[in-house]
Amino acid sequence: MAAAFDEMKGHDGDQVRPAYGELAQWLKEVPPDVLDYRRREAELIFRRIGITFAVYGEADATERLIPFDVIPRIMAASEWRFLEKGLTQRVNALNLFIKDVYGAREILRAGIIPEDLVFRNPAFRPEMNGQRVPHDIYVHIAGIDIIRVDADTFYVLEDNARTPSGVSYMLENREIMMRLFPELFSRHRIAPVENYPDELLASLKSVAPLTTSKEPTVVLLTPGVFNSAYYEHSFLADKLGVELVEGRDLFVKDEVVYMRTTQGPQRVDVIYRRVDDDFIDPLTFRADSILGVPGLMSAYAAGNVTLANAVGTGIADDKAVYSFMPAIVKFYLGEEPLLKNVPTWRCREEEHLKYVLDHLPELVVKEVHGSGGYGMLIGPTASKIAIEQFRAKLKAEPKNFIAQPTLALSTSPTCVEEGVAPRHVDLRPFVLTGRNGVRIVPGGLTRVALKKGSLVVNSSQGGGTKDTWVLDS
Amino acid sequence: MLSRTADNLYWLSRYVERAEYLARILDATQRLSALPLAYVGASNEWESAVLTAGCATGFFKLYDEANEENVTDYLAFSTANSSSIRSCFEAARHNARAVRTALTMEMWDSINGTWLELKRYGNGPTSREEFSRFLRWVQESSLRFDGSAYRTMLRSDAYWFSRLGVYMERADNTARILDVKYHLLLPDNERVGGPLDYFQWAAILRSVSALTAYHWVYRDSLKPWLVADLLILKDELPRSLSSCYEAIVRNLDQIAGAYGRQGAAQRQARGMRTRLQNSKMDGIFQRGLHEFISEFITENNRLGGAITEQFLL
Repeated sequence: MAAAFDEMKGHDGDQVRPAYGELAQWLKEVPPDVLDYRRREAELIFRRIGITFAVYGEADATERLIPFDVIPRIMAASEWRFLEKGLTQRVNALNLFIKDVYGAREILRAGIIPEDLVFRNPAFRPEMNGQRVPHDIYVHIAGIDIIRVDADTFYVLEDNARTPSGVSYMLENREIMMRLFPELFSRHRIAPVENYPDELLASLKSVAPLTTSKEPTVVLLTPGVFNSAYYEHSFLADKLGVELVEGRDLFVKDEVVYMRTTQGPQRVDVIYRRVDDDFIDPLTFRADSILGVPGLMSAYAAGNVTLANAVGTGIADDKAVYSFMPAIVKFYLGEEPLLKNVPTWRCREEEHLKYVLDHLPELVVKEVHGSGGYGMLIGPTASKIAIEQFRAKLKAEPKNFIAQPTLALSTSPTCVEEGVAPRHVDLRPFVLTGRNGVRIVPGGLTRVALKKGSLVVNSSQGGGTKDTWVLDS
Repeated sequence: MLSRTADNLYWLSRYVERAEYLARILDATQRLSALPLAYVGASNEWESAVLTAGCATGFFKLYDEANEENVTDYLAFSTANSSSIRSCFEAARHNARAVRTALTMEMWDSINGTWLELKRYGNGPTSREEFSRFLRWVQESSLRFDGSAYRTMLRSDAYWFSRLGVYMERADNTARILDVKYHLLLPDNERVGGPLDYFQWAAILRSVSALTAYHWVYRDSLKPWLVADLLILKDELPRSLSSCYEAIVRNLDQIAGAYGRQGAAQRQARGMRTRLQNSKMDGIFQRGLHEFISEFITENNRLGGAITEQFLL
């Protein structure tokens, strides 16, 4: 594996890239103890905010603090413009794909995607067949995971089209950076992200059911305090100025959704739901769910309430469907995809499987429905025994796996024990789609693998986060 | 606002208030039981504390004897008692966590800090001194929470529901003390002014933090009928039944004003307030103090039900 591309110093490492000019200069000027002091200060502030986050984890409170790195990840305006175009294209294609899958199914008839990959997919929701949603938008909020391998090449690693999380970190990280490093901000022109909640609310309101006559009532539906993302749910509800509801706060009568308020039942038009499909309506999906609202799907089918994201969007972010994304973009938009897909071998196909089995030590193998960095094999760093064990698993259920080459994620300067050193990063921008099109606040959540050489950025596996700066000019 | 949110705010306040009340009872009992028998008689103060806390049934299921050790454990630290100080703080925080966004940062800090600190006391005190410190800490925690709510909350329905919780609980607590101790306050009690009763009356006043207030209001030595008057009818005393109902009516009116609608809760509360305003101690004694108190407790519970039905479901 070749040396990774560094966001600050490029491939060769001898020249600072323009976007990082000021930061590199500042890093040279700032005494190490000042940096260290700020780092500890950031940790303190975070622990304070984090306390409110961590206590939800009860006993293992401290483990719930996700490490924060004080050195920002910076993108030039031109880089962002490119990403923005690519993300817009991708999310438009995702929406058209889902509409098609639950509607005319042209892409299946054209033989571009094998039928069983859709119909036998656990994320496929037959309940959505023929169901129209306002303005044909299914994925209102997408978190697209992007990695970079050189100056001009960005890959999409994953499309998160169900209930992507992490946006509260994007907002809190910026807040903390502005508090800690005002002088750095005055040396840059950084595009703001704090309008995200406003944009989100506008997007949600714009997709209210067509029958909504007055100002639509929006709520955020959370599984409750025991959910690991509860802090984010309450944070967002607060910023949006909408009620944070649990399933038991809502009820359905005559195919209309109401929330129980101190002034009696109040009609609900748009539900930003952070509850998975499986749990959202015990009458339709898992009967043992106490997180959902009985009858919600009937109100949804009647077109009296909008769910964001729509039910059944999981069909689009499945890792096996992912491998078809370039074809999906071309099919619906007639354009070449701007953002590349990581080359993917689908182990369900015999030839692909053979290649994967022959090259296991070089590849990353993932479960089709897995997430959070669990259940995957990273060939180059895995022991021989681990590889052989994985080989057995793979042979037993090949259709559960896909494989990808081990990509050298770009690195970004990061504050670690031994000082400032490069660490691998990815980026999750949040893409909003409403009636008036796609909006993306310039930035996103940069996740960083704090362990030297590690390529896994997931917080559950020792990853941290950084503020992401998009330069304005 | 969401009914669940209002419900959580209401109970958050009730539980904090209840914890403080329990601490006061325990404090007063500790003082009484420290006195020589000649001053307090042979009555079992610890049993009386369990009665006043309203959890005698649960207590005697677990223990045969009401002594200092058992009662302190049950009222302060027991997890088996859903109304122990520990359980109250845990329930309060549980409610707070569920409505995190409806609280101000200060309120959250206060209740969350209390909950975190509670762990420091473990399963009970190792000495009387430590237990006294614990009781003081409980009262301070409640004061801090109450103060943070009073000083930082937006004056809207969220605030009014949280105040309602405070006063409903407070009225209930004061009534409960009167219910258990009413026999000491009857004017025809023969030993009026005897040392035995003096300390009992002082203890009653202490459990509603009104010992100093008594002297300021009456400028007289302790007289049982005046103690009853203070706890029942005096608007000036923040823990009197009358004062609690003044506040309950005021907060319910605020809610009715904001919602543009009166309901059963408002009517019932106003009815009780009017009755308290029109009462004189003489009349109450004539009709029977105990009957009056029992009736009050029933009515207060009925109002709690009406509030729940009208707003919290």
